[in-house]
Amino acid sequence: MSDRLRGYALFASISLLLLVVAPLALPAFRLDELAKYLCFAIAALGIGLAWGQGGMLTLGQGVFFGLGGYAMAMYLKLHDAGGDLPDFMVWSGVEHLPALWKPFGNVGIALAAVVAVSVAIAVVLGVLVFRQRVRGAYFAILTQALAAAFVILLVGQQGLTGGTNGLTNFYDVFGRDPEAEGTQRTLYFVTAIVLGVLYLGARQLVKSRFGRLLVAVRDGEDRVRFLGYNPATVKTVTFAISAAMAGLAGALFVPVVGIISPSLLGVVPSLELVVAVAVGGRYALAGAVLGAVVMNYAKTSFSEQWAGGWLYLEGALFILVMTLAPKGAVGLYEQARDALARRRGVPAPAPTAPQEVAA
Amino acid sequence: MSEQSLLEIRGLEVVFDGFKALGGVDLTVAAGELRFLIGPNGAGKTTLIDVITGLTRPAAGTVRFAGTELAGRPEHKIVRLGIGRTFQTSVVFEELTVVENLDLAAGFRRPLPTLLRQRRGVSDEVAAALDTIGLGDLADRPAGVLSHGQRQWLEIGMLVAQRPRLLLLDEPVAGMSGDERERTGELLTEIARDHTVIVVEHDMEFLRRYASQVTVLHEGRVLVEGDVAAVQSDPRVQEVYLGRTREEAA
Repeated sequence: MSDRLRGYALFASISLLLLVVAPLALPAFRLDELAKYLCFAIAALGIGLAWGQGGMLTLGQGVFFGLGGYAMAMYLKLHDAGGDLPDFMVWSGVEHLPALWKPFGNVGIALAAVVAVSVAIAVVLGVLVFRQRVRGAYFAILTQALAAAFVILLVGQQGLTGGTNGLTNFYDVFGRDPEAEGTQRTLYFVTAIVLGVLYLGARQLVKSRFGRLLVAVRDGEDRVRFLGYNPATVKTVTFAISAAMAGLAGALFVPVVGIISPSLLGVVPSLELVVAVAVGGRYALAGAVLGAVVMNYAKTSFSEQWAGGWLYLEGALFILVMTLAPKGAVGLYEQARDALARRRGVPAPAPTAPQEVAA
Repeated sequence: MSEQSLLEIRGLEVVFDGFKALGGVDLTVAAGELRFLIGPNGAGKTTLIDVITGLTRPAAGTVRFAGTELAGRPEHKIVRLGIGRTFQTSVVFEELTVVENLDLAAGFRRPLPTLLRQRRGVSDEVAAALDTIGLGDLADRPAGVLSHGQRQWLEIGMLVAQRPRLLLLDEPVAGMSGDERERTGELLTEIARDHTVIVVEHDMEFLRRYASQVTVLHEGRVLVEGDVAAVQSDPRVQEVYLGRTREEAA
C-alpha cells in the first residue's frame, strides 16, 4: 500500500509545515492571516464532503458559518459586558437582554450551539428537501436563497444582531487579550489542529462503507433506493456534517479575526467557498482544503495590489476550471503524475476513484 | 389462494395521464417459480415491475408479497422486504469497484455501525455473488471499465448479494451478444434454483430455451398464461405478436 504510506507521509509533512515551520517563519500578522484561511478551509472541507462526495451543491454554507460565528460572538459579547448589556445594544436603545441571548452567557451552551444549531437546521432542511427528492440545481438555488434570507434577517434585527456591523470589539477571549501575539498564536494552533482532526475524520468517513454509499448516491440516487437504502437519509446526514464543519469554522473565525458580520456570510462569501473548492479539486478532500487556503491567500495578496480586481479574476478562474479542469488542481496534478509515469515507461496506475487520493 | 404463493396481484390498474397502462391485471407467482413475462411493446410488462417495486403507484388493485401489501410503500422499504430488481439499462456505480458495488448491495442487512467502518476483505455473501457471476478477475476494477454484458451480470450479482426472496429482471439479455446470452441463461438457471424469479423478456429464442411458465401481457391485461409450448401455440398470442387480425387467423 505505497499509496497509503505516501498519503500519511504527505499529511505528516503538511502538519509539520503548519504546526512548526509556519509559526516559526511567519510574522504574527501573517500567521493570523493563515489562521483565517484555515477557518475557511474547515468550511471548505464540509463543502468537499457534501458537494464533491455527495453531489449536493450547497451555495449557502455561509449560513452555517454565520450561525457558528454568531453563537461564539454572542458568548464573547456577553462575557465582555459582564452582566450588563453588550455595547451595541445600548447604542441601539435595547433595554433588556433579549431572551434569545440569555443562554449564550453560558460558555458550554454557546459552544454546543456552535455545532448543534447548524446541525439542527441542516437536518430540518435536509428532511424537508431530500425527502421530496429536490436535488441538483433546485437544491443549490434553495441554499443560496437561504443565505440571502439569513443576511436580510441579520441586517434587519439591529438590536438583536448588531445589524450590518455585526458583532465585534471583543476584549477578552477566554481570559486572554485577543490582540496579544500569544493569543493569536494559540488561536492559530487551535484552528490548525481542529482542521487536521476534522480532515482525518472526513477522510475516514469517505473511506468507510458510508463513504462508498455517499458516492453511489451522488452517481445514481435512484438506483441506491433499489439497494435498500434511503438516499434522503444519507444526504441529510452528510449535509448535517458539512453544516457542523461550517459552524465550527465560523466559531473559530470570530476570535481569530475579531468580527462576524452579514457581509462575511451572505451569498458572495458562500459562493467564494464553493469556487475555492472547485479550483482546488472537489473530488478530493485535500483539494477542498488546498483551494480554500490558496484562493484566500491569493485574494489577500491580490487585493493589496488591486482592490477591485479579485472578483473578476476569481470568476474567470472558476469558469476556466469548470470547463477545462473539472477536477481542479488535484485533478491536474494527477494527470501530470500519470503522464510522467507513462513517459518513464511505467504503466499508469489503474484509475482509482478520485476521493482516494491521500492528504 | 394457494399456501405457497409468494406474490399475489389482483385487479391492478395503472393510469398515466388518462392512458390505461395496466387495466386490471391478476398474477400469482408461487415461491420457487421461474416466471417469464412477455408481450409486445407497450403491453405493460415494465409498468407491472415498476408497481411491484414501488416506482409507480397503482390507481387500483392490490399487490401482496408474502402477505404484505406493497402498494404505497417507498422503494427502499420494498427492497428490505426482500424484492430486488434490475433495469433495462443497467446502472452500476462506475466509480466504485466491482466488489464495492456488491458490498453495497449486501450492506443494508448489516447493523448500522458497520456502515461507518472501512470494508476489510470480502464478506461471504459478496464472495458468493462474485463467484456466481464469474467476475472474480475484475473484482477490484472500477465498474466503469466493464462491458455491457458484464454490467448486467454485476447487476444480477448485486441482486443475489441482497439475498432477496423475489428477483425481477427487466430484459436481462437485451443488447447482448450470443455468447453473453448463453452465459446469462446459465446464470438465470442457477439463480432460479434457489430464488423466485420473474423475467421480462422480448427475446423469443431466449424464452424457448430457458422458460417454463410464461405469462403473456397485451395492452395492459393478461392474455394467456401457461407453459412455453401452450403459450406459443395459442392463436391469440400469435395474433398479437404477428399482428394478424382474428379473421385472417381463423
